[in-house]
Amino acid sequence: MSVVTLIFDNIFIILTILMWSIVVFIPILIGVILAVYGDRKIWAAVQKRKGPNVVGPFGLFQVPADGLKYIFKEIIIPDGSDKVLFIFAPILTFGLAIGAWSVIPIQMGAALSNINVGILYIFAISSLGVYGILIAGWSSNSKYPFFGALRSAAQMVSYEVSIGFVIVTVLMCVGSLNLTDIVLAQKDIWFFIPLFPMFIVFFISALAETNRPPFDLPEAESELVAGYQTEYSAMPFVLFFFGEYANILLMCAMTTILFLGGWLPPFDIAPFNMIPGFVWFLLKLLFVFYMFAMVKAFVPRYRYDQLMRLGWKVFLPVSLISVVLTSSVLFFFNLAPNLI
Amino acid sequence: MTATLLTFYLFSSVILISSLMVISSKNPVHSVLYLILTFFNAAGLFVILHAEFLAMILIIVYVGAVAVLFLFVVMMLDFNLSREKDNLLQYMPFGLFIGIVFICELIIVLINTNLDLANIQILANPFSNFSEMTNTQALGSVLYTDYILYFQLSGIILLVAMIGSIVLTLRERTGVRRQIIVNQLDRDASSTELKEVASGEGIDI
Repeated sequence: MSVVTLIFDNIFIILTILMWSIVVFIPILIGVILAVYGDRKIWAAVQKRKGPNVVGPFGLFQVPADGLKYIFKEIIIPDGSDKVLFIFAPILTFGLAIGAWSVIPIQMGAALSNINVGILYIFAISSLGVYGILIAGWSSNSKYPFFGALRSAAQMVSYEVSIGFVIVTVLMCVGSLNLTDIVLAQKDIWFFIPLFPMFIVFFISALAETNRPPFDLPEAESELVAGYQTEYSAMPFVLFFFGEYANILLMCAMTTILFLGGWLPPFDIAPFNMIPGFVWFLLKLLFVFYMFAMVKAFVPRYRYDQLMRLGWKVFLPVSLISVVLTSSVLFFFNLAPNLI
Repeated sequence: MTATLLTFYLFSSVILISSLMVISSKNPVHSVLYLILTFFNAAGLFVILHAEFLAMILIIVYVGAVAVLFLFVVMMLDFNLSREKDNLLQYMPFGLFIGIVFICELIIVLINTNLDLANIQILANPFSNFSEMTNTQALGSVLYTDYILYFQLSGIILLVAMIGSIVLTLRERTGVRRQIIVNQLDRDASSTELKEVASGEGIDI
């Protein structure tokens, strides 16, 4: 059987996959537009400014207008750059940021694909995010992007370690790698209460992993112009920007699922459990995003050695100890989830 | 089944082409990127085999951590792109030798394991109750019971490697002023000293 007939026989499967991809993409697109708007509004409010308020009602069309402006601009590719990789890097960042969303359950059974190793999938995809930045920095063939990329690589690899251990502690309480199981295991108590220190470690590591302030050293404008994005313009820049915010929302969704009980209502009694699950999920996601935005507004940027010290000398030992502690408690108090 | 076949051919052809590109591309950074593509597609093959745990671990460990460090180091190398003489044939004898050794090992293993092609399904699914548990549980249930010794041994080997590399690179530099956070936080108003400075004269501290 030739490859052509194979493709032809499975045309419906391929079309269905394409359709579902669009179903995932459109809400993320809207979500990112609102997130950028909300981020700017919160940031402005902290600094006693008004933020975007001219284009459209309440300035809501500011972000789409900016996006359109970038799309119609000319794409400038530096002469000395590695041209294929230069264009590939933003596409990679964008694609990975979208791809991870396919396993996020926003309600019971409402995930595009409910795979057994959902949390590992997200962890894997988010660990690939560093390549977009590394390739962008190298292929630009310019010193500031290169410094930005090197900083970013070291930073993301360091904080991934502690994120991994935090995920391990949560998984020990759940006994499954499935995201739906992780949420359902929090029916009695949301994990941020018994695992509060881990919640804090995860939140701060998520800030570092998404290159958000106060850990935005890869694009520290006072030192590196714009870091790895320096040479980018027009559409590739929009792809980077979009990917960055999609990743931030992904980290908010992950915090919600791991620690804040996903789509579960805070109390399983009448007025709370009438509200559909995805509303709770979005409310919690918005709350985490609000905290992300507030941190951006009022925490000064870390110095690079402080960043590394925090990652390796504080978070790594704390999360390692908590893995041992959590497993001991689960074992000796007979709380470990029953498997098989 | 045919869709699986299609994806298998897609992944394996990309693996073959990209692993060829690893050794033939002129630019070392491109080589590392092709290597990453190879890892990624190998993970895809694991997914086809329903070994999704191994696939994800392959991506997290090799692509997400090891290859990042590869790329990190190679990016900073000052390589010369215009080396024309450096052709593939120069390394052919050594490469051929390594390849032959690998093929011999594979053949020895294949002969000794007494591979029963009729019962290949049993080899792929060694657990009788595989339908009841995920492959993560299946892996864990043998790794921490039957193979605990090997598991701990490999852990110790990695620990030794880690300590060794730290010992090799650790050096105490003199004349470096380090930030000591505790001392900094311990300071209060009593440790400061106010001095009157006459205008235009300055002061020695």
